[in-house]
Amino acid sequence: MNALLEAHGLSKHFGGVQALDGLDLTVTANEILGLIGPNGSGKTTFFNVITGIYAADAGRVAFDGTDVTNASARSIYQAGISRTFQRSRLSLPLSIFDNIMIGNHKRLNQGLWFNLAKRGDFKREFERSYADARALVEVFEPGLAGRMFEPVAGLPMIDRRRIEICRALISAPKLLLLDEPSAGMTHDETAELMNDILLVRKRNKDLTLIIVEHEMGVIERITDRCVVLNFGRKIAEGPYRTVAADTQVQEAYLGAA
Amino acid sequence: MAGKGHTSVWPGLVALAIATGYLIALLGAEKQNLIIMLLAVGIVAVIAAAWLGLFENVSASFVEHEDALGVCAIGAAGAVAAVFHDNHFVLLLVITVLLYSVATLGLNVQFGYAGVLNFAGASFFGIGAYTSAVLNTYTAVPHLLVLLIGGMLAAFAGSLLLLPVLRTRGHYAAVVTIAFALLFKTFLEVNDVLGGPQGMQVKGMRILGWSFNDNIEIGKISLSFYMNYFVLSLLLLAGAFVLVRRLERSWIGLNLDALRLDETAAGCFGLDIVRWKITAFLIGNFLIGIAGALFGMVGGFVAPNNYTFADSLILVSILLLGGIGNPWGLMVATIIVVVVPEKLQTIQEYRFLLYALMVIAVLLFRPEGLLPRPVRRYFPGWRP
Repeated sequence: MNALLEAHGLSKHFGGVQALDGLDLTVTANEILGLIGPNGSGKTTFFNVITGIYAADAGRVAFDGTDVTNASARSIYQAGISRTFQRSRLSLPLSIFDNIMIGNHKRLNQGLWFNLAKRGDFKREFERSYADARALVEVFEPGLAGRMFEPVAGLPMIDRRRIEICRALISAPKLLLLDEPSAGMTHDETAELMNDILLVRKRNKDLTLIIVEHEMGVIERITDRCVVLNFGRKIAEGPYRTVAADTQVQEAYLGAA
Repeated sequence: MAGKGHTSVWPGLVALAIATGYLIALLGAEKQNLIIMLLAVGIVAVIAAAWLGLFENVSASFVEHEDALGVCAIGAAGAVAAVFHDNHFVLLLVITVLLYSVATLGLNVQFGYAGVLNFAGASFFGIGAYTSAVLNTYTAVPHLLVLLIGGMLAAFAGSLLLLPVLRTRGHYAAVVTIAFALLFKTFLEVNDVLGGPQGMQVKGMRILGWSFNDNIEIGKISLSFYMNYFVLSLLLLAGAFVLVRRLERSWIGLNLDALRLDETAAGCFGLDIVRWKITAFLIGNFLIGIAGALFGMVGGFVAPNNYTFADSLILVSILLLGGIGNPWGLMVATIIVVVVPEKLQTIQEYRFLLYALMVIAVLLFRPEGLLPRPVRRYFPGWRP
């Protein structure tokens, strides 16, 4: 067993609210981990602390053998962690291709001279990136592949989610954090999206996933293992069926009898 | 546009020809009645064209055939200058349009792409102009080099503002630049070396012994000395346009859009926010400074009153009017904002009122400006 991400005693509070309270969490390489818990239990805060949006008050995080505690959002991305957001955060006026290329940042030549003066070289990189992005989009929705230069603003929610996931996947991350991918979508749409994610994962065996989700059907179907949070602490851990049967977990969701 | 197949070059070409003809008529008109009539016809024509959806065709045509239409636009500018080859006043007006366009292209990189508001555009323009005044008076620095130095000094002065601008966001960053604009004017007024409130003379440009301030005689034809400046200004604008276009159509342009639209998400995908904001601010100021340096030599005179906060607001209003992020729109808006008040003598005193009304009307009825920015195409006409 090879730990890809390890958090020890991770804490974060906002004023009097303890969003994360000494959380210990280990993610094994190549697994799909479900992160569940009632609203406000610290799931999204965990993502935000891992990805450098918030600094932790205490605790340590290691990724792929290196310490990344309170590393900047930039270096986390460089290290190979990508994410999606609970509320879609695409750049709406920009095209599908542009949005996906934002996620491809580390694989694109960002030099001033290269971008302004060497248009021939730039064009080759552009065409290569276009082919990559198109191939990825085709996995999710072939219909979108012919509309790469249309603005995202005109697309329905499911397509926006697909593009957001493509944006996170294009740089071939080692770890993908999905924050409530089903939000704003129907049951069938969610199922379709999950199948596509599994398809991508089949091609890229190295991809590890953490998924925050309220739809337990999704969690049951795709996760290898679940961690349940409540008030920023881990209250249960194990395969979905085991944690779902746990009385502490049932109390957290439904309240004590 | 995408998916509808090729758009031909004709809509763009016809629009360019009509606009050029109209501009020549307007610039040539002397009687106030005729000018008012021409303006009324122009406004009605624009509204009618917008109503009929003709602008979509024109803008699609420009997206698809930008290189060809760009060359035609240079030709159109040349045609305007040729018609008025001995008319000092009109040529000065045309040069003003060209150089203000360069300056607004700079502002466009800052505000339109990176989202960094700059309410001190006229101050940086002034830094360029004062650079010309000082260097041409006291030193023998070659005058083309003076233009470059003007640009670099404007960028350098802008870098003094970077720290407060990077630490603040949105309106607060804008306030920092307003403060700079006010300080700059006061600084010029109390500084005796720079001529104080009276300002100072600027020696005309001279390149390899060719004096730009002498009229040109070719056989029997006599050209205004402003023709020299016109050619140089046109070259400068063409260069600035290509630079800004390449910037927009590269990963850097994408970075700037990404950080303007969502700084947090951009950070999560590895963008160095500070690096790109600085890059945009410096490139923008460099363009504004070069334009100012040349404008100083054209006018032959600089004074603090030419570079006030109000002038900075005019530059920003050009940006809002033309369509933030669209270089073609900016040039159209610059023509409107510079030419109309000059021709309409009766409204000279009320020109700020006119700007305000135009900006309000545009924000109400066409919030993205006269020519909204199209979706980025990295290579015009490129197809997968």
